[in-house]
Amino acid sequence: MTQQFYVSPEQLMKDRADFARKGIGRGRSVIVLACRDGIALVAENPSPSLHKLGEIYDRIAFAAVGKYNEFESLRQAGVRYADVRGYSYAREDVTARGLASVYAQSLGAVFTAESKPFEVELVVAEVGETPAEDHLYRLTFDGSIADETGLVVIGGAADAVVSALRDSWSRDLTFPEAIRAGVASLQNDGAAGQPPHRLTPDVLEVAVLDRQPGTTRGSRRAFRRLAAPELESILTDGGDT
Amino acid sequence: MIPEDAAAIVSRAASTSFAEHLGRDHPELLPSNRSTGIIAPAAGSAAGLAPHATTIVSLTFSGGVLMAGDRRATMGNIIASRHIEKVFPGDLFSVLGIAGSAGIGLDLTRLFQVELEHYEKIEGTRMSLDGKANRLAAMVRQNLPMALQGLAVVPLLAGFDTERREGRLFSFDVTGGRYEEQEHHSIGSGSVFARGALKKLWKPNLDESTAVQVAVESLYDAADDDSATGGPDVVRQLWPVIYTVNSAGARRVPERELEEAALGIIGRRSVAGREA
Repeated sequence: MTQQFYVSPEQLMKDRADFARKGIGRGRSVIVLACRDGIALVAENPSPSLHKLGEIYDRIAFAAVGKYNEFESLRQAGVRYADVRGYSYAREDVTARGLASVYAQSLGAVFTAESKPFEVELVVAEVGETPAEDHLYRLTFDGSIADETGLVVIGGAADAVVSALRDSWSRDLTFPEAIRAGVASLQNDGAAGQPPHRLTPDVLEVAVLDRQPGTTRGSRRAFRRLAAPELESILTDGGDT
Repeated sequence: MIPEDAAAIVSRAASTSFAEHLGRDHPELLPSNRSTGIIAPAAGSAAGLAPHATTIVSLTFSGGVLMAGDRRATMGNIIASRHIEKVFPGDLFSVLGIAGSAGIGLDLTRLFQVELEHYEKIEGTRMSLDGKANRLAAMVRQNLPMALQGLAVVPLLAGFDTERREGRLFSFDVTGGRYEEQEHHSIGSGSVFARGALKKLWKPNLDESTAVQVAVESLYDAADDDSATGGPDVVRQLWPVIYTVNSAGARRVPERELEEAALGIIGRRSVAGREA
């Protein structure tokens, strides 16, 4: 019979957390920022089809970093949760808060019970009628949930990106201004001391949640992905550095 | 959402259908499972128990397709609703209309709308028009036991095929049969009369506003001869519901345009002063 070595719960949790952090730290950052026009989501992503940003419901979007298969399964589960709830209750009854708490429970259960924690970090964003009604929830691999205001950055070099963004971001930005600010600060997303790297539209994934999708596009679905040509014109218009 | 075994995760991930997901995890939410206890067919038909949605017409025009429905629901000889809407957008490029048991039809419509949106969100791309028609046929088929009790519902699907760049029409039967229709089609109790009108009024390459006129006039003719179909209601200012679909997507024709079309027909026919 093999002898099980005693490992203290503190050590076990710390090892798991370190493992998950390492996996997440390898990925590029994703920025979610609220502004006057709605919520802008900006990510560095060379793949045009394997998305880091996704639509969950009418006014709710999803952003993730980490292992693709893990956050993609979480995104699909989120879409199912939202669609079932909206179908059996009403469309207004689907909220980011409800979804975020389901995610938190799942992530928490996987973190403690499964052989390996999810190496992901998520943002659930809901755009409101007014900026005060916006909701941004940040979820980490262990199931902790944080209600953020204004802007969230997830991923490896999040701190560097946040400090770059603090100066250029305010609540009154339009979408083009917010996207330019986001892209500019993502360019600082490198190892400490490395020079900023330039990001072109083909390695960027950008989506927005329109505050008034009904009046701007005649649709109740606020989520819209920006295609490369549109992104190109946004980035060049502002004399991007 | 907590993963079970690996095999279950793989099979779940492979499913993009909302209806399949409901059938597996929430079977009680499917319209076909909502009925509590089956009435024996020998007990007769349940058709008189619930409101019945009536006439839908649909026709193609240059660059798209249109669907129109009157505003009446009946229960036997009673008018159950004067305001009911029976034509709905499926997604950006499709619309559907329902005839038959109104409650089941509305449920079916809601499920179909979520099904299309769900697919789009999971897959990141829109379902093809043929795919939509097949999914709708499968949902109608699931309602067959209810149809045999007298609670049948039959939809009509119209959409813009983004591959072929043209408007297309599909009709269905209660067994899940799916038939592609050419030029124009109508379903419901007044469909015989509407179709007669369409045969005379429809022409190839109609423009959109003429197509709206044709649809309103064919519904007028249906209401003229079928007591279960509602005509334009000048007193209550009720006009048919019309959606058009073209390469730019589905659009609900504004009330003002419909009022103009309906009043035009009433005016012309009053002036003519003939029997029909």
